[in-house]
Amino acid sequence: MQWETVIGLEVHTQLTTQSKIFSGASIAFGAEPNTQACQVDIALPGVLPVLNKGAVERGIRFGLAIGAKLNRINSFDRKNYFYPDLPKGYQISQFALPIVEGGELTVQVGSGSDLYEKTIHITRAHLEEDAGKSLHEDFHGSTGIDLNRAGTPLLEIVSEPDMRSAKEAVAYAKALHTLVTWIGTCDGNMQEGSFRVDANVSVRPVGQKEFGTRREIKNLNSFRFLEQAINYEIRWQIEQIEDGHKIQQATVLFDPDTGETRAMRSKEDAHDYRYFPDPDLLPVQLDEDWIEQVRASLPELPQQKQARYQSEWNLSAYDAATLTGSRELADYFEAVVAGLAKPDAKLAANWVMGDLSATLNKENLDVAASRISAAQLAGLLARIQDGTLSGKLAKQVFEAMWAGEGNADAIIESKGLKQVSDSGEIERIIDEVMAANAKSVEEFRSGKEKAFNALVGQVMKASKGKANPQQVNDLLRQKLNA
Amino acid sequence: MSLSPQDVERIAKLARIRVNGDEVMAYQSQLNNIFGLIEAMQAVDTAGIAPMSHAQDLFQRLRPDVVTEPNRRDAFQAVAPQTENGLYLVPKVIE
Repeated sequence: MQWETVIGLEVHTQLTTQSKIFSGASIAFGAEPNTQACQVDIALPGVLPVLNKGAVERGIRFGLAIGAKLNRINSFDRKNYFYPDLPKGYQISQFALPIVEGGELTVQVGSGSDLYEKTIHITRAHLEEDAGKSLHEDFHGSTGIDLNRAGTPLLEIVSEPDMRSAKEAVAYAKALHTLVTWIGTCDGNMQEGSFRVDANVSVRPVGQKEFGTRREIKNLNSFRFLEQAINYEIRWQIEQIEDGHKIQQATVLFDPDTGETRAMRSKEDAHDYRYFPDPDLLPVQLDEDWIEQVRASLPELPQQKQARYQSEWNLSAYDAATLTGSRELADYFEAVVAGLAKPDAKLAANWVMGDLSATLNKENLDVAASRISAAQLAGLLARIQDGTLSGKLAKQVFEAMWAGEGNADAIIESKGLKQVSDSGEIERIIDEVMAANAKSVEEFRSGKEKAFNALVGQVMKASKGKANPQQVNDLLRQKLNA
Repeated sequence: MSLSPQDVERIAKLARIRVNGDEVMAYQSQLNNIFGLIEAMQAVDTAGIAPMSHAQDLFQRLRPDVVTEPNRRDAFQAVAPQTENGLYLVPKVIE
């Protein structure tokens, strides 16, 4: 039987505020346990939550960025469960009226000739508070509780079950990660848990309309684990069904060491959350002026840039997507194009995605930490454009720039790397090479095209790589055919 | 709608409240009275009226995003039953 996979993602994004969603405690990562857990966060009797404007603003920002409906009036509910990492006995979340409803994100899946676009619809995004952390080891049979994270503002982004493979889920998760860091609502730090993914996965026979029973994989904190966990889960579910078992709805965890998912032991009533409106919080009103202010402060978004790169600059969809992989990279690329007197986006794209990205990867650096500034790279490309440098010489200059030897012009001057485009000079070298390689010349004239390349190589070598390759080709051919 | 004794026991369990047999009967009757009240209210025609999410007709005041709370861990932990290395200790919980 042919099976189809159905995946929806719930992504918890930690918001980039200074303080918690309902208290004035700091959310800075890595503090000593419980030093950032105030009376509201530890739920002392009589305390009241007061909503952080910065958290609401980030909710608006995200909603605008995905073209969603913003609920002008939204409200908070209590999600009831007993667990010591939330000492109130409930989590404050948005259930009935979330701040964001609808919206979509178009993502590119695959690469090369397998590349395709897919639009993933977003169901909703709601504000809520994070829970604290439980430490199960080393406390003589007790559990240690650190409430620093309790009350940290989250925007949970829930997608429709629109994805049909682990690849699509990863493409969506990556695009969402790019977007939230791009608009500054989340720092995207996956090691610190700022961006955590839950994947709802089910399978059904191809052609069947109803969804299969889903299992939810919790708390995936890397794109690699997301892909591995989904692929394992798909195989497991298909095997179960083919062996005649039924899938039971369950919450599962992914173990990166074994590459397997396993069901969490959970109590029967664990999911009876008994949501009800939180009487401690009034409904939130978003006024139009505020929404317009937030809209005006949004940067040009990745998808808008991709469209512009393709229409204005004739870049491919793949190049446009790669260059908008982060806001820093897109800014860098645009600064290179802007730094050229004769704007050539394709040339800039090739260097940013080629030598620059390769070097950054090799040294494990972010583009913001590049040792070559956008203006410096533009200076190098200008020398390719005016014929001073061949591609090969340009690579040498690039390496010298990376090593901190100065700007392109200074390096060309000091290393004598100027391309030779003086045809008299090139002809002189060709004459020498032809005289010294009479055998190759004979071979070429008797029909061996291969000999031509050997001669070109000799000319380039004699010129120390500086002869203009196109001129060498043309002049050599003229002389050989003379 | 009316609740059975089993419903009352389940609600008590979810709320982590221990109730004995007599109490179950008392709560059952009290909760069913509340449902009776709700049923009476449901007879009112509310078509075209937006549901309220709060009894007060006001909107939430928002707090500027500023850190205002100092570290008062020592004071809070002085009244906690058990702490160690800055952590609150609770009976073992494990999934």
